[in-house]
Amino acid sequence: MVNYHLNHIKLLEAESVFILREVAAQFERPALLFSGGKDSIVMLHLARKAFWPSRIPFPLMHIDTGHNFVETLEYRDRVVETIGARLIVGSVQESIDKGRVMEETGYNASRNVLQTITLLDTIEENKIDVAMGGARRDEEKARAKERFFSHRDEFGQWDPKNQRPELWNLFNGKKRIGEHFRVFPLSNWTEMDVWQYIYHEQIEMPSLYFSHDRDCFVRDGVMYAFSDFMKLRPTEKVENMHVRFRTIGDMTCTGATLSHAKSLEDIIAEVAATRVTERGSRIDDKRSEAAMEDRKKEGYF
Amino acid sequence: MATNIKDGYLDMELLRFTTAGSVDDGKSTLIGRLLYDSKSIFEDQYNAIKQASEQRGETHVNLALLTDGLRAEREQGITIDVAYRYFATPKRKFIIADTPGHIQYTRNMVTGASTANLALILIDARKGVIEQSRRHSFIASLLKIPHVVVCVNKMDLVDYAENVFEQIKKDFTNFATKLEVHDIRFIPISALKGDNVVTSSENMPWYKDGPLLHLLETIHISSDENLVDCRFPVQYVIRPYNDEFHDYRGYAGRVASGIFKKGDKVLILPSGFSTTIKEIDSFDGPVEEAFSPMSVTILLDDDIDISRGDMIVRENNLPMIGQDFDVMLCWMNEKKLVNGGKYAIKHTTKDARCVIKDIRYKVDIDTLHRNETDKSVGLNDIARVSIRTTQPFFFDKYKMNRITGSIILIDEATNETLGAGMII
Repeated sequence: MVNYHLNHIKLLEAESVFILREVAAQFERPALLFSGGKDSIVMLHLARKAFWPSRIPFPLMHIDTGHNFVETLEYRDRVVETIGARLIVGSVQESIDKGRVMEETGYNASRNVLQTITLLDTIEENKIDVAMGGARRDEEKARAKERFFSHRDEFGQWDPKNQRPELWNLFNGKKRIGEHFRVFPLSNWTEMDVWQYIYHEQIEMPSLYFSHDRDCFVRDGVMYAFSDFMKLRPTEKVENMHVRFRTIGDMTCTGATLSHAKSLEDIIAEVAATRVTERGSRIDDKRSEAAMEDRKKEGYF
Repeated sequence: MATNIKDGYLDMELLRFTTAGSVDDGKSTLIGRLLYDSKSIFEDQYNAIKQASEQRGETHVNLALLTDGLRAEREQGITIDVAYRYFATPKRKFIIADTPGHIQYTRNMVTGASTANLALILIDARKGVIEQSRRHSFIASLLKIPHVVVCVNKMDLVDYAENVFEQIKKDFTNFATKLEVHDIRFIPISALKGDNVVTSSENMPWYKDGPLLHLLETIHISSDENLVDCRFPVQYVIRPYNDEFHDYRGYAGRVASGIFKKGDKVLILPSGFSTTIKEIDSFDGPVEEAFSPMSVTILLDDDIDISRGDMIVRENNLPMIGQDFDVMLCWMNEKKLVNGGKYAIKHTTKDARCVIKDIRYKVDIDTLHRNETDKSVGLNDIARVSIRTTQPFFFDKYKMNRITGSIILIDEATNETLGAGMII
């Protein structure tokens, strides 16, 4: 007797593959937002599955703040070459040079907020009508209210109070000219699901996710990687520590965690035991209680 | 922990449930307890909502703040939208679609219910079965949620009295005979005190069945899928056009219901051509069979013109085929439904247009009374409506098939989703 039942990993995979195919069928110019972080890596893996043996029918899009970890960029370029995908890079540095945005100053200066303008400009320049992101509902409270198919007006804005109801397997991607969509195929995944899936599929991951020795300094309780992008306060000391990253954003807003996790099994065990959310080390979320909602309304990832 | 991976940690079932209740029936407390006791609330989250609660001058840590994440929700102290929450125990993974009890009530509960295996309905032990409990149950039955669990909450406030629980059970069962709900369970709980939520209550020795979490972990859901009627709506055609896969033509989609096997004789709708399944393919290699809700790619023996919106079925088990059908329609927009109006319609992977031929009656969701005189259908109303589509649909009754039996209506001018329909 065969057991006709899918386990949670296979169920989530089937759902995400359905969403990815729905995007390819309903839109003309999709792009997959690829940051080199674990969620976008899983999303890309699912996209390869969804359209196999064809190549993925859309380009990858990376918004480069200019403050990325070297490891992230290396990983990105390697993946793009392996799967033969097209890569669109939106550069925050260029947005600054063109005068589209103003660089923040001071010790906590970050290009996180500036990315939104670069992202929207890149979407417009490339006439992208849907950008797929790896955001998950369990990550953050504003994201918990997000749809799989999320409508954006001609200014790229999200209106959380006026979202389209989403029922069954029926996704409404209809829009007017100039508007676009954000689609989140991993909406129902949790951090644990993502790692279990990576383990199950044995997906190669950037080295930043595994424990390594790195020069770090502590500011406001967060452990930052020491780099040219951040100015040290006179009281701050650089120390070599045993760390890994739970999430990877740019270097100015991603905190490291002390860890000895060297393998995927170790990471899964660590995630199972942890008592702090992964966004707990993201400084970009901590600017105010509704920091994520405010950025999302303007068109952030 | 590492050994857990091998011991089946990767092999868990996923249960989706929806919760319904109003502000003061203890829904947030119950969800908070499930999350808290299953260690799904993290320290930084807990500290953040603790701080926010204090700032708002509340004496308790307000667990609703965990997902009432929108600024407007926090300001007004209400839930505007369906909030999805996630937790896991060593036995199962859970997705909760938490729907607000007041504003946009029907619209949100219908949305949350559309993908749920189970509905949790909360009843205040002091108030018994009230109008709202009836409304919740009606929607659960309308959306054909396979399992309903009625939590009689606040048992601590009625001295954990068995007769109170039994009376509510009797009242609810009486009402439920009018509905089509096949699996109803009752549990006396106190979400606040923790009785029968995660652990069995010592205060109610007369209640012999396990606590709520145990039920959620063990309730049999693998037969919820329809594995009989084979329906495969074609979602996307895969044609690689490369040297290695020169003649490859795969029909990608998600099995809506049934089991498809290599070698099966199948029929293609609407063309009516018969052929055989040559292979069922996936990135990880060919599979012998595909069942709902798997996403796969089907290859056929014959070259037939098939595109998105077509359906692969079995010859001896056909869906209904036609342009006319009736639906129970839940209206979700402030703009009223227009009798004779034209709308865009979505059904499985098919897009078409339709006209509302007749509004048959409106349902009073509190009394279940059919109102055939007042046919004005506005936001949160439910009505039986006759529809004619511009092209033939391949459909089943919703009660037989939640995927091939559901439609949504879309405004052709604004592109908003206006209503959700269940084919009768």
